[in-house]
Amino acid sequence: MVSRIVVGAHYGFRDWLGQRVTAVFMALYTVIFGINALMLPEMSYEAWSGMFAGGFMRFMTFLFFLALFYHAWVGVRDIYMDYIKPVGIRLALHVITLFLLIGYAGWAARILWRL
Amino acid sequence: MSEVTVRKQRPKHLALNEIRLPLPGFVSILHRISGAGLFLCLPLLLALFGNSVGSPESFAAYKETVGNPFVKLILFGLLWAYLHHFCAGIRFLLLDMHKGLDLAAARNSSKIVLVVSIALTLIIGVKLW
Ligand code: HEM
Repeated sequence: MVSRIVVGAHYGFRDWLGQRVTAVFMALYTVIFGINALMLPEMSYEAWSGMFAGGFMRFMTFLFFLALFYHAWVGVRDIYMDYIKPVGIRLALHVITLFLLIGYAGWAARILWRL
Repeated sequence: MSEVTVRKQRPKHLALNEIRLPLPGFVSILHRISGAGLFLCLPLLLALFGNSVGSPESFAAYKETVGNPFVKLILFGLLWAYLHHFCAGIRFLLLDMHKGLDLAAARNSSKIVLVVSIALTLIIGVKLW
């Protein structure tokens, strides 16, 4: 019989890959965002909110948030696994983090679609 | 020959105070710290973003908030955190693709990450404020 203690961060290929795919997307978005921001004629409410009102940027921005929350979920969980030993506390932190991130996703959707 | 078996202690938890870090390790731990810091500040960032695009009135409120020197300082820190995490993240992605794995290249790229992210923070920070 093999008894194995699964240990450490970065287990799970799917999460590992997901973290990297989201990282690439966020990096691309950061460049797109930077270019758009540089092209703003002025830093007024109209210009700034207008930047996110177009279909493309609104969609990309929402995807950015979703990517961010998934990325942060994997990343923060890795951090808990490295430093938080007691299983109960770790589990509680996982649950709190998960609910927070799901809440943020709803919040981000509300912000973007009230524009 | 005597057999000495050192049983590895598992699960492993890191003794942070005993680790002396070379430069790439420094970049790596800053990547972790910046990621955690950004995560913890997400509510602040979402609230600010929401206000900035909500309405002309909330935009004015947003302007007032970010005008506060204390908030400015936090945002400056977060700007650095994002840029460092971004640069170091790209470096990690390249390392994952087995680019720049030898020691000299890895040291070099970690230096570049540190310098570029601080330079970008200063440029963008000064431009914004
Ligand atoms: C352009 C944006 C970003 C890129 C390119 C990026 C890249 C990466 C990469 C490649 C990793 C894996 C590193 C590793 O496993 O050693 C990572 C981890 C992580 N990221 Fe990001 N990231 C970005 C944005 C963010 C943001 C905005 C947050 C915060 C909410 C964040 C939070 C984290 C956390 C907490 C980890 C785990 C750190 C660790 O395990 O040491 N990332 N990121």
